[in-house]
Amino acid sequence: MQKITSPAELAALADAVNQRPRAPRRILISMGTCGIAAGATPVRDAIIDEIAAQRLERDVELVEVGCMGLCHAEPTLMVIDGDRTLIYGDVGVGQVPAILSAAPGEAAVGTRTLERNWYYPECEKPAEGELQARIVLRNTGRLDPEDTDAYIAAGGYQALAKAVTTMQPQEVIQLIVDSGLRGRGGGGFPTGKKWQFAAAQPGPEKFMICNADEGDPGAFMDRAVLEGDPNAVLEAMAIGGYATGASKGVIYIRAEYPLAVRRLQGAIDRAVEMGLLGRNIFGSGFSFEIELKYGAGAFVCGEETALIHSIEGMRGEPTFKPPFPAVQGLWKKPTVVNNVETYACIPAIVRNGADWFRSIGTAGSPGTKVFALAGKISHVGLAEVPMGMTLRQIIFGIGAGIKGGKEFKAVQTGGPSGGCITAANLDTAIDYDTLKALGSMMGSGGMIVMDEDDCMVNIAKFFLEFTLDESCGKCTPCRIGNKRMHELLDDITSGRATMETLDKLKLLSRTIKDTALCGLGQTSPNPVLSTLANFEDEYLAHIRDHRCPAGSCAKLIHYEISARCIGCGLCARNCPVDAISGERKERHVIDQSKCIKCGVCHQTCKFHAVDKN
Amino acid sequence: MSCGGVHGSAQFAELERYMSSLPLEENPERKRGFLIQSLHRAQNIFGYLPPEVQKFVADRLGLHVSEVYGVISFYSYFTDQPVGRYKINVCAGTACFVKGSAKVLDEFKRYLGIREGETTGDGKFFLGALRCVGACSLAPVVMVNDRVYGNVTAKMVPDIINDCAD
Repeated sequence: MQKITSPAELAALADAVNQRPRAPRRILISMGTCGIAAGATPVRDAIIDEIAAQRLERDVELVEVGCMGLCHAEPTLMVIDGDRTLIYGDVGVGQVPAILSAAPGEAAVGTRTLERNWYYPECEKPAEGELQARIVLRNTGRLDPEDTDAYIAAGGYQALAKAVTTMQPQEVIQLIVDSGLRGRGGGGFPTGKKWQFAAAQPGPEKFMICNADEGDPGAFMDRAVLEGDPNAVLEAMAIGGYATGASKGVIYIRAEYPLAVRRLQGAIDRAVEMGLLGRNIFGSGFSFEIELKYGAGAFVCGEETALIHSIEGMRGEPTFKPPFPAVQGLWKKPTVVNNVETYACIPAIVRNGADWFRSIGTAGSPGTKVFALAGKISHVGLAEVPMGMTLRQIIFGIGAGIKGGKEFKAVQTGGPSGGCITAANLDTAIDYDTLKALGSMMGSGGMIVMDEDDCMVNIAKFFLEFTLDESCGKCTPCRIGNKRMHELLDDITSGRATMETLDKLKLLSRTIKDTALCGLGQTSPNPVLSTLANFEDEYLAHIRDHRCPAGSCAKLIHYEISARCIGCGLCARNCPVDAISGERKERHVIDQSKCIKCGVCHQTCKFHAVDKN
Repeated sequence: MSCGGVHGSAQFAELERYMSSLPLEENPERKRGFLIQSLHRAQNIFGYLPPEVQKFVADRLGLHVSEVYGVISFYSYFTDQPVGRYKINVCAGTACFVKGSAKVLDEFKRYLGIREGETTGDGKFFLGALRCVGACSLAPVVMVNDRVYGNVTAKMVPDIINDCAD
């Protein structure tokens, strides 16, 4: 392969790819982890077979792309005929012939079509009422992530070419400072400042690290970007390397993301082959290489000092800051650690300028944020919205509200370090600062929606269990304090607690917050503090009345069969522990000593004869 | 542990080949930076990380075996115990939790008669919990080796077990 050695050659390649003859119809199929898990592979195979059967090789081009963000309707297809686009959701193998035979712009009979509810700020104006703006996800779900030519044709690597051949490193940094970009991994620290600190350190050896150890349970936007647009991350890291004077990049990625690992490694290999990474990039004299390092399942490694220790082959324990990694990081050299989503913003900023970026979002938090909507929400998926959108717009607009028509109770943002936000604050315009003011935080952007059936004490306990599991054990407040907190919460959900338990819980929360070593420990009491602030009555119901208002804490509920029972025996047949007995056509009874409170009888009874108390 | 015959096996030869391919001497002070990827490869080859393997890796990287063990015990991905041929992992991420993954995990425990982190006596099933595979739209999710089951209920547990035919 001929190497690309100048911006002109890059532009020529982009033109050449764009002028290649194209089939009139293009079908994009979402092949991210969630799409594949939902059955995209047989659908893809069916399309390939059908193209062959109908002899459509010249008419239809099938492209495997990353996640379109419509996870609730996987497998998803996008059929593009010129300027007419249709999105199909919940596609089954049986629908494939009809989809291929349908006329351009006309939905095939017996299928579910979806609206495209986003726009691309780089090349489009928003339609009326459009909520989503895709900058980070601009290529995810649009391009074949394994086709670097396609990335280049869509403007890829132009930002890198522009930076290394027409800008001074300080200019690049100033651009990022001016853009107001803040770290999307959770803390919201200004990215430009981080780069400035590292650039100010003496060389010659510095590192750019990409934190791709997406550990927040319920957040999957980084995975979507890595699987769907790996080149964007590589391009951004190289830009950062040029700006700060680093010639080595390391991507620290979860081993639990095998598809992302494969696509990243493929993208790195092709970029090296094409001269987009390696020595003397675009003839500028700047050299940059990137290697992958794997995580091994430790949430604390999302903390930058812990992450660095992990790359160095040590236990992922955090150390006290300062010194900050920008001064003394990987192998004691100046190091910048940014997260995947932050990097994905960089090429767009370099291409379009700081003012363009600042025109989206709020004054204090410019740009967009990708949220992973999950839990009891109708449309689970990824939503990239300008900062400053309200939770109501995100949850009830994009997310289409609560599943099964139940009542919205709270939304948890910021994962195990965050807090819950209640219906009273649904209309707050959210950005880094407003979320913090509400007692939660942006975190990596996971949004878990909860309904009336979720017990907030139990949710707090769940997060604490997570922290307990993931605490590295180095400092006492986190290692032992959280263990005690968990015991106190267990007392509450088991009906053993007194009012004194609550006081102890509050005191311990504050102590851990003030004294733990790293971010993980300092934020671990947040779910407890935030549920206490918003749902203290639920805590009191557990403690005073030994009652779980949401009917979720197993030790505080029991099931009984009422007089409505007609003796059909359905519950007895479904009971996994054979705890239900009774004669046919007579009222059945539950043996409370055997009952494991799984609730299957309650769910399966057609006569609502199983009461939950 | 009865791993006497392990040394000199084809598995060790494969690990040896892998570690010889690493540029360990390029920067001897940073040799231990290859530790975690070596352990990943070793676990891939052996299925787990017995003491002999830990010692082997430690020697090659100029580390004490206690340092290697310290790393293995820190990261949840690594195990020094053999695990079942079918690794059943119930997702314990937040989205799966609010959709009832705890009940699914309880049912697996009851059905298999083992606790979380254990392997059945016949060496067939390992039961564990993992944190979020990022397929939250399918919550609750269960992974059996590389296969993902979505929208799992306690009732589906026997069917999932039956899918695991040797």
